[in-house]
Amino acid sequence: MIGLKFLYLLGFMVATAVFGLIVGWVDRKLSARVQFRVGPPFLQNFNDFFKLMGKETILVRNGIHWLFITAPLAAFGMLVLISTMIWTALILHRGFGGDLIVVMYLMMIYSVALVLGGASTGNVYSSIGAGREIKLLLGDELVFIMICLVPVIQSNYTLRLDQIITHQAENGMVIGSVSGAIAFVLGLLCIQAKMALPPFHIPEAETELVEGPLMEYSGPLLAFWKLNHHMMYVAYPLLLVLLFFGGFKLQGIDILWAVLKYLLIVVLMILIKNTNPRVRIDTALNFFWRIAAPLGLAAVLLAVLGV
Amino acid sequence: MGWYNKRLAKSIWVFHVSASPCNNCDIEILDLLTPKYDVERLGIKLVGSIRHADVLLVTGIMNQKIAPKVRKIYEQAPKPIFVVGVGTCPSGGCCFNDSYNITHNRKDVIPYDIYIPGCPPKPEAMIAGVAKLMEVLNE
Repeated sequence: MIGLKFLYLLGFMVATAVFGLIVGWVDRKLSARVQFRVGPPFLQNFNDFFKLMGKETILVRNGIHWLFITAPLAAFGMLVLISTMIWTALILHRGFGGDLIVVMYLMMIYSVALVLGGASTGNVYSSIGAGREIKLLLGDELVFIMICLVPVIQSNYTLRLDQIITHQAENGMVIGSVSGAIAFVLGLLCIQAKMALPPFHIPEAETELVEGPLMEYSGPLLAFWKLNHHMMYVAYPLLLVLLFFGGFKLQGIDILWAVLKYLLIVVLMILIKNTNPRVRIDTALNFFWRIAAPLGLAAVLLAVLGV
Repeated sequence: MGWYNKRLAKSIWVFHVSASPCNNCDIEILDLLTPKYDVERLGIKLVGSIRHADVLLVTGIMNQKIAPKVRKIYEQAPKPIFVVGVGTCPSGGCCFNDSYNITHNRKDVIPYDIYIPGCPPKPEAMIAGVAKLMEVLNE
């Protein structure tokens, strides 16, 4: 039985990785088309990944080596767990008591791994990037918890992902209500901040911090960080699909709906990414604490009132 | 290593090393990234950190002050790394050849793999140069 569960984990890991690299291509291609460019070929991200796997890994002499090496692998493990939990709830309709809390917790650990990995090198740019990642995490975490509460409240206070799906199948999608719509928009921006995409790519600002926490990484470890970023493109939009669009069924015409729901969120993310400049860290915190957090609280209150 | 070299040829990340240039080649390198030339369709990406680089684009005459730093950058890069000399300066010295402060044995500081001559070379010439590197890798 344990062997079977391990097989699930392995299968979902490979599926998420391959799917993520393909969605990463969609992102790059669409961004290129927005900028009137041709864009990379279909297998570009696979080539990047395999190329990085074969490069040399350089350890910084003054850095903390075990942290430097384990951080990307730990983050990879977290993402495999997140995506496995979301896939099992979506496809197999299974869950346990505290699904959503564990998912939120693991998503936070990913950011913590990025901070630890970046700070372990002692590089100035990496350290600044890691510090900014912490500040961004402080900003978006509160809002993210509140918007996750909205579907929970609407489906009779259950934290199980599969029960949130079944409740929405019976009573309509969460996004159909006012509180759900507000929470979805805020959730989209939170995901944008969690993935460090523009306008919230403050931690890895290419033009000022080079790559931020990833600056000293090279070779296979960098390949894992890049793969993590692509896997987030699968896991996080699917979480939004699950929470607000009521998941999907993989049979008949419903497959088309599933793809459309997922693509809607991904394309929205890419368009926000391509049309916004980078905000300063204080602007981002101002936005999340002064505007987004009260709106999130309002959404939670509306959900409690049943609107 | 044929399979790996083919992957490498399709995903070349370049790092721009300004070894005391007159800034002309650097502007042309930036031109490469504009929508008109769009090197991303060949898998080429400009990266900001030397740890991510596969190819060093070295521009300029490399005076005596910068030469040890260029050597240091080369040593910090993860291998395999290729060095492309952009412009006439790395190969011939151009109009700075008689200056008092240039490094005369530039080839000993870092091993150049290919040169792209021109003062400055056109973006098309640079793409052709990197394509030559790809050809070698694909063999």
